[in-house]
Amino acid sequence: MSDATAATHQETDAQGRLLAADGTPLKRSLARALRRQKLRALALIAPLLIFILVTFIAPIADMLFRSVENEIVADTLPRTVVALKEWEYASGEAPGEPVYAALARDMTIAAEYKEHTRLGSRLNYETTGISSLFRKSGRGVEDIGEFYQDQFEDLNEAWEEPETWARIFGSDAWLDAQAEEGAEATFSLRDGVAEAFPNTAEIYAAFAEFAQTEDEDNPFEEDPWPLAYAMLYEDLSGGAGVQGYSGPEADLLQEAAAAVGGFESQSYKAAFIDIDDDWADIEVWGTIKAYSPRFTSGYFLNSVDLQLTPEGIERQDEDQRIYGLLFKRTMFMSLVITISCILLAYPVAFLLANLPMRISNLLMILVLLPFWTSLLVRTSAWKVLLQQQGVINDVLVWIGLVDDANRLIMINNQFGTIVAMTHILLPFMILPMYSVMQTIPPSYVRAAKSLGATNWTAFWRVYFPQSVPGIGAGSILVFILAIGYYITPALVGGTTGTFISNRIAYHISSSLNWGLGAALGAILLAAVLILYWAYDKIVGIDNVKLG
Amino acid sequence: MLDQGATDAFVEFERVQKSYDGETLVVKDLNLSMPKGEFLTMLGPSGSGKTTCLMMLAGFETATHGEIKLDGKPINNIPPHKRGIGMVFQNYALFPHMTVAENLAFPLEVRGMGASEREGKVKRALDMVQMGAFGGRRPAQLSGGQQQRIALARALVFEPELVLMDEPLGALDKQLREHMQFEITRLAHDLGITTVYVTHDQTEALTMSDRVAVFDDGRIQQLAPPDELYEAPQNSFVAQFIGENNTLEGVVKELSGGIATIKLDGSEALIEAKAVNVEKAGDRTRVSIRPERVETNPDRLQDDAHTLDAEVLEFIYMGDIFRTRLKVAGNENFIVKTRNAPDVARMTPGQTVKIGWLPEDCRALDA
Repeated sequence: MSDATAATHQETDAQGRLLAADGTPLKRSLARALRRQKLRALALIAPLLIFILVTFIAPIADMLFRSVENEIVADTLPRTVVALKEWEYASGEAPGEPVYAALARDMTIAAEYKEHTRLGSRLNYETTGISSLFRKSGRGVEDIGEFYQDQFEDLNEAWEEPETWARIFGSDAWLDAQAEEGAEATFSLRDGVAEAFPNTAEIYAAFAEFAQTEDEDNPFEEDPWPLAYAMLYEDLSGGAGVQGYSGPEADLLQEAAAAVGGFESQSYKAAFIDIDDDWADIEVWGTIKAYSPRFTSGYFLNSVDLQLTPEGIERQDEDQRIYGLLFKRTMFMSLVITISCILLAYPVAFLLANLPMRISNLLMILVLLPFWTSLLVRTSAWKVLLQQQGVINDVLVWIGLVDDANRLIMINNQFGTIVAMTHILLPFMILPMYSVMQTIPPSYVRAAKSLGATNWTAFWRVYFPQSVPGIGAGSILVFILAIGYYITPALVGGTTGTFISNRIAYHISSSLNWGLGAALGAILLAAVLILYWAYDKIVGIDNVKLG
Repeated sequence: MLDQGATDAFVEFERVQKSYDGETLVVKDLNLSMPKGEFLTMLGPSGSGKTTCLMMLAGFETATHGEIKLDGKPINNIPPHKRGIGMVFQNYALFPHMTVAENLAFPLEVRGMGASEREGKVKRALDMVQMGAFGGRRPAQLSGGQQQRIALARALVFEPELVLMDEPLGALDKQLREHMQFEITRLAHDLGITTVYVTHDQTEALTMSDRVAVFDDGRIQQLAPPDELYEAPQNSFVAQFIGENNTLEGVVKELSGGIATIKLDGSEALIEAKAVNVEKAGDRTRVSIRPERVETNPDRLQDDAHTLDAEVLEFIYMGDIFRTRLKVAGNENFIVKTRNAPDVARMTPGQTVKIGWLPEDCRALDA
């Protein structure tokens, strides 16, 4: 009785929400009751979820990021990129001295860290020749500093000693620590030198860090980079505050400051052009400038046969437009493969679904047998069958349908790829079709016949429309598998039967242009998603049954 | 009307046999003849061959032997779509990808009928089953009863002379089933259609049919109007299968003037029964008596009537009737139904009573 009254006088709070027996809002009470269940469900799927996140979602996200990522230019040539902001490609002239000065420092550091070749290969994708230019410059950049180094050393032999440099630029604390810890002490700049000799201090600090972290040497015992002499020359001739400097070797610096006026000087621009004429080429500078932002559309533009040039977006040269062709070919061939699969699979699936159990089980094994055979074996089998000295040609020649001199070319072209892939993907079409057809009761066709339909009409008007979801499911499966197929086209595709995926594989494993490979992959992914969406709009994904 | 083999027979089975595997016969020597306009039900337990007969008539199965004639012409070699027989399937078999109206238009369309004529006929057929407003719906949007009506309308829309129904009401609930039974018979009679109806539900068979063919073991056990089937079963299978029945086994002691005197197995008593399916004295027999024909008040029995002692095992009050389970001559499942009337005493379990019946209500059948 008390239950009945409680039910009729439900407690509500100020907002009119229902309250549970203990006075908490009913919704929260329910959520709490369900939380345990939800947590348990989450725990059950957690291993799979984590696995998919780590091995699937994360790589895809990384790939998508790589297709636009372009930090290498800004990271390797930070000063040059900043200096280049002032320069316009449209001016038609090579940039001015400050850009080359910045390049000298960036190049020296990059060369020491051996990063200049990586950047060279990266920019070489955009303008050929940059790779060798960078490699050459990495070797030649020392000459720029050595030009001044010789003059300093001629002035005073003390400049040859690493200790001289270390005492000027190293902090007292570091110098003291030297005595106790030796090379272990972490280098730090002396107070005031960064203001007195800004350029030299920057380069020396970079040198010291490099010597300690990369070479694990003591800057105390290592010759500084030759560029440091050039920097010192710049600082001294620029009227740096030698007067304000009172640290070690102040005499030496004062002597140098007095002498630099008489030093022979050399422009960085001339020095670089001396290393390689290409440094005067505005195309090189244009490319560096165009690819200096941290994110670039360049890879995507390349993927659709465009290129990012200093003047803006342009079409790729005629002989380099391959991706549009490859995408079109991939789509076309996948479509042909899908249609062939539909035509071949439909009767088989129909038989499977309509024959007596015992026979259909046997047939099913025949369908699945190739499924259990290695992909490579099946593809190689097609090579044996289709090649010019292969089984099919031999038979055709033997029965006289084909002249021995004109054997058919059926492999290493589109035909071979289509045949082999149709065979390989056939089970993916048969199985969804079969599972849908199995659910169509025979009474529908019987009803149609009893209503006066001929066998064909009963099939076409009644059976076929109901089997369409199976065709849809199979087609999506086969098409999406085909569009990204790699092994078979690589083995039997020759040059005319390769897919976009073969090109992606080439960029990932051979040319190492991962950005372009990632952009091509992203486009492929987008194409599949768009097709899926279009299919959902036209046919409706509810009409797809996989089992 | 019961004139078997008459020349005006509309549907005829002549010595039809059917075997699926070449080893056993599913249908054994079937002979059946139906006049035009008759509503005939094939009734029987599952596996008795009734659906096979229907499928042979529809053309989905071929007879292994014998001939099936429709309107005097053999149809053994005519494909189903040319037979012009309407059919209602067990699960309706409405085409799920078509609307109700398209479903109904289908048989007209495949006959090449023009669109306007089709529309009129579809509308009339829908109105006929009171589903006029549902033409645009898909079958999946209809309830079971509505689907049933559409299936019926579809089987009738092309005006076939013969309609076959394969357990069409099996999937409906009891109330709807009773309503549809009435509706189907009304339509069949109004339109003058010859109907062959297959069911395993005897109530359905009895309430709907002009004649019922009781199938068992691949043969027609009895073909008769419902009342005859119930009142005068020809063998113990029919007696047992149709309605509720009490069976007592025994041996025929004497046979004279259509009355058999029988000694029951479980007792010394002799009873008299109408000799229906016994040939001579000494035969074993099963005696069949309907529960409502058993009299528990000996006062109301004729003087010469035999009576038996019976022990009450169970007494169930069912409102309009009392249902009593008795032990009679060793049979513990002897049921008696008595009308709930002021002068009828209620019995209590353990009580011993005398029961009796009129000899003509009691039928001596095959053992």
